[in-house]
Amino acid sequence: MKFQIEDVTVYFPYDNIYPEQYAYMVELKRALDAKGHCLLEMPTGTGKTIALLSLITSYVLSKPSNPVKLLYCTRTVHEMEKTLAELKFLHNYQVKILGPSARILALGLSSRKNLCVNPSVVSAENRDSVDAACRKLTASWVRALAVENPNIPTCEFFENYEKAASDAVLPPGVYTLQDLRAFGKAKGWCPYFLARHMVQFANVVVYSYQYLLDPKVAGIISKEMQRESVVVFDEAHNIDNVCIEALSVSVRRQTLEGATRNLNRMSQEIERLKATDAGRLRSEYNRLVEGLAQRGNLPLTDAWFANPALPDDILKEAVPGNIRRAEHFLSVLRRLVQYFKGRLQTENVEKEGPVTFVASINAQVGIDQKMLRFCYDRLHSLLLTLEITDTDEFLHIQTICDLATLVGTYTRGFSIIIEPFDERMPHIPDPVLQLCCHDASLAIKPVFERFQSVVITSGTLSPIDLYPRLLNFNPVVSRSFTMSLTRDCICPMVLTRGSDQLPVSTKYDLRSDPGVEKNYGKLLLEMVSVVPDGIVCFFVSYSYMDGIVNSWHESGILKEIMQHKLVFIETQDVVETTLALDNYRRACDCGRGAVFFSVARGKVAEGIDFDRHYGRLVIMFGVPFQYTLSRILLARLEYLRETFQIKEGDFLTFDALRQAAQCVGRVIRSKADYGMMIFADKRYSRHDKRSKLPGWILSHLRDAHLNLSTDMAVHIAREFLRRMAQPYDNTGAMGKRTLLSEEDLEKMVNGVTEMLF
Amino acid sequence: MADKQVIKRAKYKSSVKDPGVAGVLKLNLERFVFMPNDPKSTTKLNVEFRMIKGHKFTKEGSKQALLNLTQDQGVNYIFEFDSFADRDVCREFVATAISYHTESGRGVPEKSAAPVNDEQLSRAETERRIKLLQENSELQALHKQFVFGGILTDAEFWATRKKLLDQNDTRKPKQRIALKNEMWTVKPLSDGQSNRVTFNLTPEIIHQIFAEKPAVRQAYLNFVPNKDHGLLPDEAKDVLDSQYEPYRRSFAQDLNQHAAVVLQGRVVDVELGDTRSVAEALARTKQAELSDEISNRNLEKELSDRISRIAEIEDLQGPRDPAVAPLSIKDPRDYFDSQQANALKALRDAGSGTKPLKSSVSSREAYRSLRDPDSDLRVMGLREPIMDQEVAIKVLNGLTQTISSTKLHLGNNPHESVLDRLPKATRDELLHHWTSVQELLKHFWSSYPITTKYLYTKVGRLKEAMSQVYPKLQEIKESVLSDYRHQVSLLVHPMLQALDAAFAHYDADVQKRSAKTGERPNGFVQ
Repeated sequence: MKFQIEDVTVYFPYDNIYPEQYAYMVELKRALDAKGHCLLEMPTGTGKTIALLSLITSYVLSKPSNPVKLLYCTRTVHEMEKTLAELKFLHNYQVKILGPSARILALGLSSRKNLCVNPSVVSAENRDSVDAACRKLTASWVRALAVENPNIPTCEFFENYEKAASDAVLPPGVYTLQDLRAFGKAKGWCPYFLARHMVQFANVVVYSYQYLLDPKVAGIISKEMQRESVVVFDEAHNIDNVCIEALSVSVRRQTLEGATRNLNRMSQEIERLKATDAGRLRSEYNRLVEGLAQRGNLPLTDAWFANPALPDDILKEAVPGNIRRAEHFLSVLRRLVQYFKGRLQTENVEKEGPVTFVASINAQVGIDQKMLRFCYDRLHSLLLTLEITDTDEFLHIQTICDLATLVGTYTRGFSIIIEPFDERMPHIPDPVLQLCCHDASLAIKPVFERFQSVVITSGTLSPIDLYPRLLNFNPVVSRSFTMSLTRDCICPMVLTRGSDQLPVSTKYDLRSDPGVEKNYGKLLLEMVSVVPDGIVCFFVSYSYMDGIVNSWHESGILKEIMQHKLVFIETQDVVETTLALDNYRRACDCGRGAVFFSVARGKVAEGIDFDRHYGRLVIMFGVPFQYTLSRILLARLEYLRETFQIKEGDFLTFDALRQAAQCVGRVIRSKADYGMMIFADKRYSRHDKRSKLPGWILSHLRDAHLNLSTDMAVHIAREFLRRMAQPYDNTGAMGKRTLLSEEDLEKMVNGVTEMLF
Repeated sequence: MADKQVIKRAKYKSSVKDPGVAGVLKLNLERFVFMPNDPKSTTKLNVEFRMIKGHKFTKEGSKQALLNLTQDQGVNYIFEFDSFADRDVCREFVATAISYHTESGRGVPEKSAAPVNDEQLSRAETERRIKLLQENSELQALHKQFVFGGILTDAEFWATRKKLLDQNDTRKPKQRIALKNEMWTVKPLSDGQSNRVTFNLTPEIIHQIFAEKPAVRQAYLNFVPNKDHGLLPDEAKDVLDSQYEPYRRSFAQDLNQHAAVVLQGRVVDVELGDTRSVAEALARTKQAELSDEISNRNLEKELSDRISRIAEIEDLQGPRDPAVAPLSIKDPRDYFDSQQANALKALRDAGSGTKPLKSSVSSREAYRSLRDPDSDLRVMGLREPIMDQEVAIKVLNGLTQTISSTKLHLGNNPHESVLDRLPKATRDELLHHWTSVQELLKHFWSSYPITTKYLYTKVGRLKEAMSQVYPKLQEIKESVLSDYRHQVSLLVHPMLQALDAAFAHYDADVQKRSAKTGERPNGFVQ
């Protein structure tokens, strides 16, 4: 369908549109007009992605003089592929309606691990080893050597790509990662480097958060992007945590030992080079005198991850004299590692700010702030000079330099915490030195500054006024949309009491109470006998899940649960979990029915949908608060209170509730779908907790469902399932209109506006 | 098939109790040869299968895997095998060989008379057919009667049973036996007095343990010697422990593995009694799965692509053409009642359409309609009473008696039917005729319309065969005791009717043909 939003003609690939999609587009359009940032919350299952893509592509089509580029950030590769698939569908429609003028170039960009087609490289087990394996074949000096010595292996795909030179381009179209690989294979070109090259010409780029937020990655990938870009962060409810992680580093004993090994290896290399090719070291020295800005001229394959800190001026300064010579730099690093080793010896927990930390480094081992700041780049320059390709072996020393550069750059928003052991296991010494970032706005600040519009959107952004404070920006539009439904297809409940009418909670004092464990088990047992197909359970942590599942096993509850459904469980091992999920889906498909035990904040809670029969019920056992005794969290809370005047309790509740909402939100993925959500903890009945849930859940949470016991919940579940089993009429003939056609929209524009909202 | 051969290690025993002589048993279709391991031993066997009349074997799960081949004069050859799997392979082969010989023994003289089978059959196909015949004695009897009787060719016989062959071909997986969704926990039973603890392991539990814990299965295969299911010697245990180390798993992993195994159900088609063969079979399926997985990886990728491609929101699509109203049947009975009423109405409408009812009838017309039968009566004369009362009561009594007697004898017992009450010989004969008539009729009707000369001769053959059955059926009807005669005739009647219909059709067809050929005396000659 085709309709006008003010001066923009929107091409939408379906015959109907949900009213909330229309409203979403209107708000988004206003934000684009204002060239400002916006914050939009819209429930899952309402076609957020397609609304967003339609509006932005149509916006560009309507204003050809102002070519806006779309940078779409997703959290996982799976979401990336899904977004590109939707874009492809949309693109086909637009080309069909408008002809070839609507053609765009859109592509996904991911790491070598996901794009490489060279079988000998891609078989490596993790990202770092794939990267290293690629460098071994494509580094400039390797290729130079291979010219002389044909026995040295190179990558044929990269060589072909280089040979094709400027001819190596992608024709317009939408390319998923899969398509890129297929294209690369067909042409014999390396898809990774091709995609990286094409990113600057593409109209739409879909990639991971890290490409914009992690300064190390963003420095190389995203520096070419023009200001006239719209940046979208999808599923952005955790964006503050991503930002913080991007700037946090932790150092353990193993890191230091590894770093020492790295240093030894490097000094051997330097000795060797001195004997064979002293000129190379000298030329590096000269380059460093001129400053790091020269790095831009390096060959494509030699580029390393950029400096973790962001200020641009660092690139223009010359590297301090006392670390220009390779041996000197090595000895600086040795002293630094030695210093860290000393700090890790501590018996007590220590916490300090970056300024004191830098001062103490300077006092004890004589490394000043400026030297620290240049560590990261200086190291990479050296690795390059030494022609080291197995970069995955050198991650330890890179971590050290990363930390050094960060403390050398930032004076606030960070703290250094040294813990001799984990709080939860005090008898096992496991010293760790952490540089924790407390300020999410640091990492995202350059994004807000560089790009004209940044859209932050998710199904759960409640309370929506907190995000601008956390990320320190001023949105021009900030709205939360509800969901229009023809029937009440979600059924949230708050369960406060077990079958024996005693309260249930994962609160600290009740957590290990056998009565609570039993009540939780009985709740699940009742539910598995009533609810068909898939049930998903979320627990507050791995340790809690292990504990309660074991206790259910011992008391025989698990055995009874198994009489009704198969039981699968998330583990910390990704492969194992994937397999379990796969089997879970098969069990749901074949009608056997299954229960999946999972952890809030885990991989499953973040990335896996349990739509349709894969999830008819989600039980959230407890409130998923963060581990409140963690020093990092305490330090962050303190910072938030001092800097943004956000109260500790507020932040913790907000954080726990967004996780809970995220977990239960997995159950519904479209309006034809239906599912129940049980919040099993007495604390959910309190207003201050409950009110932080997203509006679309709250609007379905009836007062009568706020204080239930197990037997009542079972009764409600029965009723609900019976109601949902009736034939579904999506046209809303019962009086509630949830689909708008072209005429409806025209009517709305011609006066009868706001009839729906 | 003749070159097929099976070689297994076995012990030859003169009796069941005999410890036996270890050696190698070679089987081919012609003969079986036993060579003892000890070259000096004199117990060598070389017997032709022609001489073997039957075979017996011990049940799986019993102490020994025995196979007993019986010869005519009460001579037995008993072999003991290492495993039931070995024994079963030999058993199947022996069965094939014996049936091959008995069949060819009977069939050979007639085979030359039977139409030449120009169909080139693969060996697998032949084997499958032989197997089917062995499994189904009824089929075998039919096959013998018609194919060897020269009424049907082998190809014709099987052509109507394509489905049977195909089914075997695709090897439709049988319904899998499910596993209990119960995690096995080490809860030894202890009597509390002695130091003895007891584990209760059923074959089912063993199977489940093997399936869920590949490490245990592997260890079993590695360390448990053949035929010795006792406890492990200490030395082996140590090795096992160290081997086991990488397989130590958390409870969560166990849980997942357990559910996966239960979801998969029982994948091995082995009797559960024999622990070793279960372990081996599981190991094999695991291997097969692994190799499958590698080849499936691309497939999965495509699948995931397809899923992402249909990431469209169905809700928002416009109505698809042609718009079909959803069928919403709330109460099936209501629905069908209403449908029936509709159908009846339609029928009535149609009927009244041809003979419209006159709604306005004048008194004259009414009178005329009454007058006509009246005048008929006057012409014909009225018989009073219409039927002799005595005759009527007799007929009525006779009918009620037969009905009630059958009802009386059978009662409401669903397991008993009229057939069961007939003498065994009569019943068998009836059933046999029933199947053969069915078979013949099937072939007969499928030959029409006759388009080739081949079909013409085939119909001739079939008609001949059917006309031979016909008098036999009559005979049965007359031969049985009067008690059963009514019931037998009830059973035979439809058969005779079906045959009559076939004959009538045949005659009509022949007449039509001769008329045609009559018209064209010099034309097409059948």
